[in-house]
Amino acid sequence: MSATSEPRGAAPDFDLVSLGPSGQRDAQRVRATGSEVPHLNPSVAALRERFPGAVLGNQVMAGDEDVVYVDPSRIVEVLRWLREDPGQHYDHLADVTAVDYGGGRPIEVVYQLWSIPRRAALRLKCELSLDALEVDSATAIWEGANWLEREVYDMYGVEFRGHPDMRRILMPDGYAEGHPLRKDFPLRGRFSRAEQTRRSLTRDPEDHYTPGEIGGREPQLVAPHDERSDGDPER
Amino acid sequence: MATQSASYAVGRNPEMGPGGELVASPVAPFDAPEPELGSQTMLVNVGPQHPATHGVLRLVVELDGETVVSVTPRLGYLHSSFEKLGEYRTWNQIIPLTDRMDYLAPLIYNCAYVMAVEKLMGIEVTERCKVTRVICMELDRVFSHLLWLGTWSIDVGAFTPFLYAFQQREKVYKLHEAFTGARITTSATRIGGMMADLPEGWTEGVREFADNLPATLDEVDTLLTCNAIHVGRTQGIGAISADEAVNHGLTGANLRASGVPYDVRKDRPYYDYESYDFEVPIGCHGDCYDRYLVRMEEMRQSLRILQQALDRLPDGPMDVPDPRITLPTKTECMSDMESMIHHFKLITEGIPAPAEDCWFSVEGSKGELGMYVVGDGGPKPVRWRIRPPSFVNLSAIPKLAEGHLMADLIMINASLDIVLGEIDR
Repeated sequence: MSATSEPRGAAPDFDLVSLGPSGQRDAQRVRATGSEVPHLNPSVAALRERFPGAVLGNQVMAGDEDVVYVDPSRIVEVLRWLREDPGQHYDHLADVTAVDYGGGRPIEVVYQLWSIPRRAALRLKCELSLDALEVDSATAIWEGANWLEREVYDMYGVEFRGHPDMRRILMPDGYAEGHPLRKDFPLRGRFSRAEQTRRSLTRDPEDHYTPGEIGGREPQLVAPHDERSDGDPER
Repeated sequence: MATQSASYAVGRNPEMGPGGELVASPVAPFDAPEPELGSQTMLVNVGPQHPATHGVLRLVVELDGETVVSVTPRLGYLHSSFEKLGEYRTWNQIIPLTDRMDYLAPLIYNCAYVMAVEKLMGIEVTERCKVTRVICMELDRVFSHLLWLGTWSIDVGAFTPFLYAFQQREKVYKLHEAFTGARITTSATRIGGMMADLPEGWTEGVREFADNLPATLDEVDTLLTCNAIHVGRTQGIGAISADEAVNHGLTGANLRASGVPYDVRKDRPYYDYESYDFEVPIGCHGDCYDRYLVRMEEMRQSLRILQQALDRLPDGPMDVPDPRITLPTKTECMSDMESMIHHFKLITEGIPAPAEDCWFSVEGSKGELGMYVVGDGGPKPVRWRIRPPSFVNLSAIPKLAEGHLMADLIMINASLDIVLGEIDR
């Protein structure tokens, strides 16, 4: 992504600088998928034993954080077990988010779990290829996943199957430019400034509610003061 | 874990069980049979421009008479896409974005962000820097809770506590300004240290603030805690049980009011929080009133931590003595060739981070504030994600407000202590 990360010649001093302050952890960078991978959290071994087919690999990140790569088709099964098994008890879903690495690589959906009684953390990742951005929703397990998954949908276009309310959350409902946090989305948006202005000026100002909210009732429109037949504009 | 129930000699509403399941509105029960008014409900738009929504929050409320049938929050009016902007900046250039998210507790955001990046890069900061950041974070926790206290009392109809709280808040603004030069957008931290060492007399200013605030808290306590209007409008309103609170992902005072003693400072200690002597207040009903009690007690506990941190603030360097991370001083730059090269490289290239990812959470003023940073070996993040505590807390409002009155919805919203800059980002 940036030129500075590339090796810069043979001078040892410059190598040291370009490696950065944490070059000593480089050995752990390679994503490990074998069965002999070191881990710190006993839940990783338990997961491998319980779901040998669903766990695709694991890795220790940033020194002490365990990450488990899970088959996207079985993620809800794994999450449910992690929450309900008395030995695991990951009851707090801290975060659901996604990462796009760009360059056509798969988008990762990241689940950050925390067990309040056991005081243990675990991170699960699902890799979704760009042509199949769909994964089952965790809202049946945690209500708190609702908005977090909506945000992932809004920003990355990942659809969560079984989600009760799969709409955009931060961007407007009619936003037509795509999903902003994808790497192929330009920083200033897909449309030109002129087109963005034109669209915002031609929006229907009465379009305050979504059809779902109105639920078939007639919108009660209030005319401006000067158009009311009984209104005295001087009042 | 050292915990403490916030117990005050206030009678509870007898119609409510310990889990808050039998929620009785404090409005007198209406004995006469319900008149036939038809079944049509009404949609009312609350916000986005209304002081009681604490920002540009818009709630589409479906009302049956005055009773809330459903609430649909609509977000995004303040969306600035900070996370996308961060992907185009070096790690140090992101710091000014962080305090613009939670402008009510900017120093906590500054600290949390650099702590996550330092963990990703494997940097251990100096002892003086650690204690300074603890002081900054506890100061801003009080700072944010004081704003909550003021707006909360306005929402309940009391104006005097608002003035008392903002009088104290002004002192923290002055401390921010003395340290960082800005009152709100502090940008006080840098990777590996702080933007500057503490100015002369600053710790004495913090000490004076910490010494004087309890008197104000006592005054507000007298005005609100046993006040019949306040008690009547908040007890039994917006109650949520412990299991449901965890299931909805609530954190911070909103979770602890339901009786779950989850505090990141105790459960996943950072910066030697385990060595500070403080207690985590928890409630037992999970209603608006308990959230009020928990936050009031949290301010007093934060002042205890402040006093201890001020006592132990060591001398020594503030920044990591590593030229690959810390900028050299201006004098060094002008007199030493090596320092000038380091300065040039740090400014033009930035600090590279390894191709890993890192999750770091701190106890923010609103709840668990998580930072998820993903590096690719370069000086810019691939992904910079904030776990916004208010965002997740607010997502429980349809559940909390259902069945209550429209006026109670305002109290429930106030009790969640949200900040829209962080929700919309």
